[in-house]
Amino acid sequence: MRKSLLVVSLVLGLVVAAAAQNGTILLNAAGATFPYPIYSKWFDVYHNAHPNVQINYQSIGSGGGIRQLQAGTVDFGASDGPMSDEQLSQSKFKILHFPTVLGAVVPTYNIAGVSGELNFTQKALAGIYLGTITKWDDAEIAKANPGVKLPNADIVVVHRSDGSGTTYIWTDFLAKVSDDWKNKVGKAAASVNWPVGLGGKGNEGVTGLVKQTPNAIGYIELIYAVQNNIPYGKVQNAAGNFVKADLPGVTAAAAADAKNIPEDFRVSITNAAGPKVYPIASFTWLLIPAQIQDAAKREAIKDFLKWMLTEGQKYNEGLTYAQLPKDVIARETKAISLIQ
Amino acid sequence: MSKPRMIWRKSLNFVMLSLTGIAALGVVSILFLILGYLIWNGGKSLSLNFFTQLPKPVGETGGGMANAIVGSLKLLMLAAVMGLPVGLLTGVYLAEFGGKTFSFVIRYTTDLLNGVPSIVIGIFAYSLVVLPVKHFSALAGGVALGMMVIPITVRSTEEFLRAVPGSLREGAMALGASKWKTIVTVVLPAASGGILTGMLLALARVAGETAPLLFTAFGNRFWSPGFQQPTASLPVMIYTYAIAPYDDWHRQAWAAGLVLLGLVLVANLGARLLLNRGSAVRST
Amino acid sequence: MSAAATTIAHEVPPQAGPRAFLRRLRSGDEIAHLITLTFSALILLITSMLVYELWVNSHLSRVKFGWMFFWTRVWDPNFDNFGAAPFIYGTLVTSAVALCLAVPLGLASAIFLSELAPRKVSDVISFLIDLLAAVPSVIYGLLGIFIVVPLMRTTIGPALIHTLGNVPYIGALFHGPNYGVGFLTAGIVLAIMVVPFIISVSREVLLTVPREQREAALAMGATRWESTWKVVVPWARTGIMGSVFLALARALGETMAVTMVIGNAPSIVASLLSPGDTIASTIASQFTEASGELYLSSLIELGLVLFLITFILNGMARILIVATGRGGGRPA
Repeated sequence: MRKSLLVVSLVLGLVVAAAAQNGTILLNAAGATFPYPIYSKWFDVYHNAHPNVQINYQSIGSGGGIRQLQAGTVDFGASDGPMSDEQLSQSKFKILHFPTVLGAVVPTYNIAGVSGELNFTQKALAGIYLGTITKWDDAEIAKANPGVKLPNADIVVVHRSDGSGTTYIWTDFLAKVSDDWKNKVGKAAASVNWPVGLGGKGNEGVTGLVKQTPNAIGYIELIYAVQNNIPYGKVQNAAGNFVKADLPGVTAAAAADAKNIPEDFRVSITNAAGPKVYPIASFTWLLIPAQIQDAAKREAIKDFLKWMLTEGQKYNEGLTYAQLPKDVIARETKAISLIQ
Repeated sequence: MSKPRMIWRKSLNFVMLSLTGIAALGVVSILFLILGYLIWNGGKSLSLNFFTQLPKPVGETGGGMANAIVGSLKLLMLAAVMGLPVGLLTGVYLAEFGGKTFSFVIRYTTDLLNGVPSIVIGIFAYSLVVLPVKHFSALAGGVALGMMVIPITVRSTEEFLRAVPGSLREGAMALGASKWKTIVTVVLPAASGGILTGMLLALARVAGETAPLLFTAFGNRFWSPGFQQPTASLPVMIYTYAIAPYDDWHRQAWAAGLVLLGLVLVANLGARLLLNRGSAVRST
Repeated sequence: MSAAATTIAHEVPPQAGPRAFLRRLRSGDEIAHLITLTFSALILLITSMLVYELWVNSHLSRVKFGWMFFWTRVWDPNFDNFGAAPFIYGTLVTSAVALCLAVPLGLASAIFLSELAPRKVSDVISFLIDLLAAVPSVIYGLLGIFIVVPLMRTTIGPALIHTLGNVPYIGALFHGPNYGVGFLTAGIVLAIMVVPFIISVSREVLLTVPREQREAALAMGATRWESTWKVVVPWARTGIMGSVFLALARALGETMAVTMVIGNAPSIVASLLSPGDTIASTIASQFTEASGELYLSSLIELGLVLFLITFILNGMARILIVATGRGGGRPA
């Protein structure tokens, strides 16, 4: 009986292996975790509209996406932070950046006795994460929240333990608003040497820690906060206003500086100018090779990009991602022709 | 024997034996807690769809993990085919043929291999199988998992072969059997219970591994026929869904955990039934 | 054992020389020997290739940091300054805690299951415990977050601080702010993860101890416990130690579950209640997002360091086995 089982499974395996697909265009992509929900939605909807195109996207991380793209194991990549000049110069082939959606990062906290929304000045956030502001009733926090009874308790800082695009956006903001941060911790990065705090794995980890630890503060993606009904605070933007993150505020951040967005779309929109702008926002990009040999794949990718910029954007808000501003869409549509 | 000494020995006996019972009770309670949690959280989200549908994007009901279930089965099969024979034959070598120094080296190396973090094995398999051909595949995942299956198999095979009493071996030899025939017809069957346990334990361990698959089998939202394409697997789906913002995906992650456990259970039961586990060496 | 067997079965002239070798080759025994030898060598090959890959890919950081890598306490991806010290500490501490909890618990349970429990009950429970080995580490991590961490923060932590925290010397292990995540929590979760290996293998090995051994002890007037502890367990010593090796290896290399409950604040402090970090969890957390040659190289070098630690710990454990004497063991 043992032998027959072996034979049967071998045959099954071979049959399954032989069932190749004809005419299907299989595309593999890898990268950022932040846009995974919307990407999975897009690729699924696109597949239903074009059944012969299968785009398989796996969120192994922005760094992973960039590496796999370089290694040639995936057809295109995705990243929450744009590739640096150094990375681009080291790349064996030219890579184009295409922004897809906008996202935001919000501060969440758990303070005994405080149930409303707190206002955080830029200095306050930087100080908390640098470890220079250690108590909740510190003047910097108190002055922005008149009338709120803040306890004289130690702040428990929570950050991400795993490298992530969310950290990239958060540190990008902190580096812009605080020279201390920039000197001590450095520029925006997916992983940094945190001066203080505990690390949680993923948004889930950070939220979990904040929820369970009294007097804790952490940063999470806007989507995560909204989908799980987690209260979050307001952040002061460059114009001095305290803004609560929401989709219009995020799109405003991108639109504010639209004319200054460079040709290759690699830009940071944190702390953008404008009264209604939410300051901790960012694009996320698809990384497409400028030259694609396989004609079928090339056309599929180009067609998908066109779809993404038009039809695709309609799904953003449903999943709590902000839409791209119209200017950016127009410029991207033109940039598609650069893919040869 | 003096009375106080007897009383001491008898009390010690009672206390220690009770402690073992308490320990076992403790472990069993933790076990039931974990299983209960899984069943409770996972059972809520199980449905026929889970077993038959492909993953759907968030917000759409009716999605499932059919491809991940098949993918995990494929990967386990590959790991078994590649890793178990190596482990078994190495165990046989160590127990039956080995010279002193070489055996020591092999044992030491096996333990070292066991301690390598699963992600490092994944990276190794990536550079070995994925990079040269520039695409991810189920085969690469199988290679990574296969490497992880080896150490446990080696240890248990060697251990249980050694446990076979010399009398059995000598009996066979006295009847004129050559060494290898003795091993195959007498020693291995006698040790089969323990060896099988070891193999199933090894497979159970790799069934739940995520990190080695991220860069080898990669993952797939669609069906992946054959072994040359990236394939979905239950642990990777659990990992992806568990850290996502959506409640629906969290529930699916728990369901996947439950299904994974169920898979291992079925494989365990099936293997034991097939090979009719019965050990001639058991004494109590 | 083997020498006696071959002379009975086959009268093969023991001279060396190619013809004798070929003659021996035709006998099934030599072929079996060769085949099993080849497969064993395969493990050597795999491990060597692994170490080679680790060595080659960590070239940049090895050259830049040299031996300082072991002592530097800083891990800064932004300023390209990497050191392994806090991770080495965290790895050793969490594994030590895990083994201290899992070995007594596991061995005691294995003894109960093999000696005292009725056979059917023992089989069923053992079968279920084997299943625990299959639970993905992500789920252990989630369970850690939902159950162990709150428990540690609200109940166990304060209890430890109030009782053992005041004892001189040991007290240093249990003091300071208690967030729920930390070395002890990670150690507990690891202990739960590795205990199935210890129980499963130890139970099986204990069951192979011949009945005569137990009966001989009992016949001499030993109590049940004495017979178990002084005769049966020592007989199964190598198997039990083997299971501990398995457990240790798993604890050293565990990634997902640990990273979710250890607090990820690389630091070297005495208190078990404070957060820390381990090598495996750092590699797993940061490898996917890492970009930058030196960063990647440093992560790979961490892997190499872990390999070294495993090497040393295994060596020490083996010396320990030999040093604690061969008394009461099964004849080799």
